[in-house]
Amino acid sequence: MDGIDTRQLVLDPQKASDFKGKVDPDWCAGCGDFGVLNSLRKACLELGLKPHEILTISGIGCSSNTPGYFNSYGMHTLHGRSLAVATGAKMANHELTVIVTAGDGDGYGIGGNHFAHTARRNVDLTYIVMDNEIYGLTTGQVSPTSAQDMKTKSTPFGSVEFTFNPVTSAIMNGATFVARGFSSDTKHLSMLMQQAIEHKGFALINVFSPCITFNHDNTVEFFRPRVKRLEDEDHDTSDWKAACEKAMVWDDTIYTGLFLQVQDRPSLDAAEPVLAKGGAISRRSLGLSKEQGEKILSRMM
Amino acid sequence: MSSGQFDFALAIGGAAGQGIATPGNVLARLFTHRGLRLNAYNAFQSIIRGGHIFLTMRISDQEIYTHGDHLDMLLCLNQDTMTRHLGLMRSGGSVIFDSDKIKPGESPEGVQLCPLPIKALSNKSRNKVIQNTIALGVSTYLMGLDFDALGNSLKLQFGRKGDAVIEENTTAARAGYDYAAEHFEAYPVPVATGPKHLALWTGNEAMAMGGAAAGVKFYTAYPMSPATGVLHWMAQNARELGIMVRQAEDEIAVANMAIGAAHVGARAMCATSGGGFALMTEAIGAAAMMEIPVVFINVQRAGPSTGVPTKTEQGDLWQVLGASQGDFERLIVAPTNALDSFNIIPDLFNLCDRYQCPGIVITDLLIAEGTFSVDPDDLDFQPKIDRGELITSGEGNGEYLRYAITESGVSPRALPGLEGFVHVVATDEHDQDGVLISDEFTNPHKRRRMVEKRARKIANLADQIAPPTLEGAADADVTLIGWGSTYGVIKEAVAQLADKGVTANHLPIRWIVPFHVQAVTDIVNNAKRTIIVENSFSGQFYRYLRSETGLTIDGHIRKYDGEPFMPHHVVDGVLEQLAGKTNHFVPIQEIMV
Repeated sequence: MDGIDTRQLVLDPQKASDFKGKVDPDWCAGCGDFGVLNSLRKACLELGLKPHEILTISGIGCSSNTPGYFNSYGMHTLHGRSLAVATGAKMANHELTVIVTAGDGDGYGIGGNHFAHTARRNVDLTYIVMDNEIYGLTTGQVSPTSAQDMKTKSTPFGSVEFTFNPVTSAIMNGATFVARGFSSDTKHLSMLMQQAIEHKGFALINVFSPCITFNHDNTVEFFRPRVKRLEDEDHDTSDWKAACEKAMVWDDTIYTGLFLQVQDRPSLDAAEPVLAKGGAISRRSLGLSKEQGEKILSRMM
Repeated sequence: MSSGQFDFALAIGGAAGQGIATPGNVLARLFTHRGLRLNAYNAFQSIIRGGHIFLTMRISDQEIYTHGDHLDMLLCLNQDTMTRHLGLMRSGGSVIFDSDKIKPGESPEGVQLCPLPIKALSNKSRNKVIQNTIALGVSTYLMGLDFDALGNSLKLQFGRKGDAVIEENTTAARAGYDYAAEHFEAYPVPVATGPKHLALWTGNEAMAMGGAAAGVKFYTAYPMSPATGVLHWMAQNARELGIMVRQAEDEIAVANMAIGAAHVGARAMCATSGGGFALMTEAIGAAAMMEIPVVFINVQRAGPSTGVPTKTEQGDLWQVLGASQGDFERLIVAPTNALDSFNIIPDLFNLCDRYQCPGIVITDLLIAEGTFSVDPDDLDFQPKIDRGELITSGEGNGEYLRYAITESGVSPRALPGLEGFVHVVATDEHDQDGVLISDEFTNPHKRRRMVEKRARKIANLADQIAPPTLEGAADADVTLIGWGSTYGVIKEAVAQLADKGVTANHLPIRWIVPFHVQAVTDIVNNAKRTIIVENSFSGQFYRYLRSETGLTIDGHIRKYDGEPFMPHHVVDGVLEQLAGKTNHFVPIQEIMV
């Protein structure tokens, strides 16, 4: 477990001030999301990004408050819809760095359909899912990533449903960058975020971000002895089968790190002929030229 | 119709897969090249093979507004067409059919039966749809046209398929033409000509082109009848016009993608029908809350639920009015025909940009999937574009407030990517700077201030948009009120009523929100007798009119069988009501399709 930094706040507040939002987080003290936010600030800082170059988009949930706490252009959208909004934003201005922050309920429950298709389309964005295996903002109900048998307010006698695996699902849906992080290992998480932001395509980082209030099973203490970085293992990130096998391990060992990276599949904006030249469509002049109008008319005649 | 007007309607009926579209296209081109006005309605079902398709095409040398009441020529591609539609023929009409396969019924008086020995005429061709081309040859002769007119249209239609196909079809058409010359009587009045070539389009294409002209750079949709035509046009033209077109996984994604694209500065549009619109609903409120301009189109079909996917209705008015929770600002407009659909999209985008709110177009299958002629001189592909208070360049000082409280309620909108204007937009209630006030920062005074700011934007908008006006004599005996797509049928019904000695005028409504309460109230209060004509069971527009104005209306003409009104349906309804027989008339749909 060498190298895992369990402190919640690891940044020099001065140094990271560029990405500090207008308000301080209202998360519970000890929430894993603090580590995710700080890792993101650190990653953007180290990549030399400027706040106005980034568009951070979220849905609804504790984790989805992130755009308010992070200094960049932000959209705090509807529950589950962040990836759809982000796809529109990215395709209309592909020069923006698009980061999407979500939770497991928001991203894998109500937003599950968009997750599959955004991965398949390989939209060039970084999808950071703060996975606490519970619905926190609604005070503790079962989530898609909750363990089978888990007792929550909506499953008082234990859940009978199979647990959703974000990593294998992302791989099967065609995501080109699939990683897992741990909010208490901010150094590692920040490194993964840098890689994800630099990756040209859909990049998922599913982050174990324990809910200190409503999930007493999947705590920091649960994860800390179990997480093992794939970077410390002999793992080939181009081998999707090995990636899936490692992602299915859930016992005394739970792997974090980069499971899979596909380098040779173009992102949606790179594959889209309309963007081949002329820059972001949001900045192009509006309307039709006289010639375009005449051509349209000639086909109607 | 005025005397001396050339007014002719033909229909082609058969099963899906029998190739009705091709002779339909050939004739439509032939007519518009002659400068004739055209209005076509295709009745069909949601199947790819089989079923019954019935294409009605009306042409005239003067402006026409519907596909009419009667038929002058019927091309039967199957027995079903003969059986169902022979009775619609007007005296003097002709019915063309394959006598090898189809048995004629009892034809109305004065109708000429034109049996064709297709096997003999087709020279044993293996082409299963060759009978359609032979029938085209026959119809061309009957209509008094030179064969060359058809020959040219065939070349246009089949040009891409090569000379052999053109040759085969020309030969077949010629055989039909010559056979008709020998065996049948041509119409005493040949098909007229107009002053110039006219263009052809569908209502869906008109909306797509209106979007392109308005500067739509992002179009997204999930396929849904009867709105899919917009997607098809956009997809076909995307690369040439630089429009990002995305087919999304569902209409929830559609609406939210459009919001994302609009937020970064692209004009974004999406179209669907009621079921898809239901899925878009939450996002429409989100666009209003974040103050992002997006245009949503609902092409109504008969509902509820999956309903009747290929049939028309005006049953989504309250769905659109009630789309999304809470009070919020949005514009709703119902175009009256294809050209209006084209023109309204740039206008709506300009208003949505100026007032930073969503706009909704509510139309229906009748316009969207209808085929119409349009005068090229009426098309403005360079309409005025007004993006409102949009900050697209420059450097901010970091003090920018996205939702600044202003007198007009409009806060200048900076696009993401600009330095010094960094801000967050939120679907939660927020303050001027975008910071949420919904959770621990809740503040009733701030909330009230923000609600009122947004409301101020369009509080007096009705004053800036042309109000509805009464068409026809002010002192008419009857005032017919309609909205959206009933414009054409009411206009023609008014003319037919005049022929019967009844003076009627017409109040067509386009703008639903903002609604011109005063103008409508004045017109209704001055009317002798009012009748609302609408394509819904419960009188959705009547309920809206009452809710906005408190007015009551004397009578109703309603239709909800899936087929559009024909002018005589409205005429019959007015006459029955004037005779005191009823104040609620539901016409019987004679054409069984």
